[in-house]
Amino acid sequence: MSGEAAVFARRLTRRFGDFTAVESLDLEVAGGEIFGFLGANGAGKTTAIRMLCGLLPPSGGEARVAGCRVGRDTGALKRRIGYMSQRFSLYEDLTVLENLEFFGGVYGLGRAELAARADELLPRLGLDAERGRLTGSLPLGYKQRLSLGCALAHRPRVLFLDEPTGGVDPVARRGFWDLIYEQAADGVTVFVTTHYMDEAEYCGRVSIMVQGRIVALDTPSGLKDRTGGADMQDVFLRLVDA
Amino acid sequence: MNAADGMSGAAIRVEGLRKSYGERTAVRGLDLAVASGRICGLIGPDGAGKTTTMRIICGLLRPDAGVARVLGRDSAREPRAVREHLGYMPQRFSLYPDLTVAENLRFFADLFGVPASERVRREAELMEFSRLGPFRKRRAGQLSGGMKQKLALSCTLIHTPEVLVLDEPTTGVDPVSRREFWRILRELAGRGLALLVSTPYMDEAGLCDEVVLMHEGRAIARGTPDEVAAAFPRRLLEVRGAGLPAALAILTASPRRGVKVHRYGDRLHVVHDDAAQTAEVARLLAGAGVELHPVAPGIEDAFVELMTAPAGGEATP
Repeated sequence: MSGEAAVFARRLTRRFGDFTAVESLDLEVAGGEIFGFLGANGAGKTTAIRMLCGLLPPSGGEARVAGCRVGRDTGALKRRIGYMSQRFSLYEDLTVLENLEFFGGVYGLGRAELAARADELLPRLGLDAERGRLTGSLPLGYKQRLSLGCALAHRPRVLFLDEPTGGVDPVARRGFWDLIYEQAADGVTVFVTTHYMDEAEYCGRVSIMVQGRIVALDTPSGLKDRTGGADMQDVFLRLVDA
Repeated sequence: MNAADGMSGAAIRVEGLRKSYGERTAVRGLDLAVASGRICGLIGPDGAGKTTTMRIICGLLRPDAGVARVLGRDSAREPRAVREHLGYMPQRFSLYPDLTVAENLRFFADLFGVPASERVRREAELMEFSRLGPFRKRRAGQLSGGMKQKLALSCTLIHTPEVLVLDEPTTGVDPVSRREFWRILRELAGRGLALLVSTPYMDEAGLCDEVVLMHEGRAIARGTPDEVAAAFPRRLLEVRGAGLPAALAILTASPRRGVKVHRYGDRLHVVHDDAAQTAEVARLLAGAGVELHPVAPGIEDAFVELMTAPAGGEATP
């Protein structure tokens, strides 16, 4: 089964000199799962993500993401993953459609393919009526959906989200997660990092990292039952204090 | 701490505040009062008008209508007098990354004209209570996000203000540092400061004495966090278990009037109105392999309900 996992790590380790940022990380995330990867600052989260995205070679252990060996098939890996951050980098003076075409183009999609992908994505993102609008003039919730579209343009198999819904109102946030659930239902694996535990509540399973190691991994409800925490914030603090 | 604003005890008082930027209205008729010793949370998404409100209170921006008073003084007319007693921490507080922790504090002490006789004592006090003492010789640029926020707060406090206005101080800060930061804010309130703190995160509401939920320039609800959550007029049922996808399919296939389903990672929240609907949802989901539990609504549930409710008056419990 482990060969089938969308994100798989075994004893994945990264050292910087004497300091071990990530220590023997084991992880198995299935296709279509929404996985929350949590931890305090300095816990090793960013280092782990950078390895999984092919940006940093591991010092030990192994990992596969979307079927690519981390540290080996780097080019193929980058084409099979998508990345969206709260600080999205949309071009404000391009239209919605132009942004989507630009980011798809970066990943090597041809003209016809881009047009077809835009026709498919824009209605799903609720942005079809806005395709000719300048991105800078859009409300934040729309920009966020467009950013998601740009990260999805090249049909990645694994999508990395970094604090994806920071700053948006709770209605827009719920709408955004509904889009994520649709992607997951289509088989896209979603890997979420966030400092905000109300975002963690939307994940199917979460792991919590402390000092380079994963100290807990379960569903949000499972973690609440186990730690007696009322919400994920409470769970997180109890595990970090333990 | 001298009692502010005469008898009412409100250190910050905002009445009928309005502000537009050209065509765009940022604040449309806001009232607000924060008493000494209290933490008031201004809660709302980006664009709700939080920053504009704060900048008017601090005397950095003139309102189009209405008035903001700090310790009884009009922020628009006497901005300097107001700033003497007020600490303001904007979203992007400018620390000098090349200066050490201690040097940054000294710089702000100069800026605010803290007398030399008080400076050493004040610095020591702030280091102690922010727990930045061991890092006093570290450059600000090399601090973690949480420590930077604590240093920024310390700089904001250097002139011993009685009123603190903090604009999204915990954005981007991890949960452990956030807890530490809120511990400090609670301690400041305990010393009698009035604090107005904005946040886009509903889960911070519970840490405030009172909250004002802001949406599109208006207060849509206010009160203690419990009061605001209790203003959610509907019932919530949590659905959990292995049969979750089946349960979601059943509820989606047979939509009921007034019944809303919100999906979370490993559970559903079913919003509905009465016992009859509770029973109906239970009947629909019998045999789906899920458990149902009634759960108490949170601030976010109240916010969503108020945002999507037809426009009307503000909910004031």
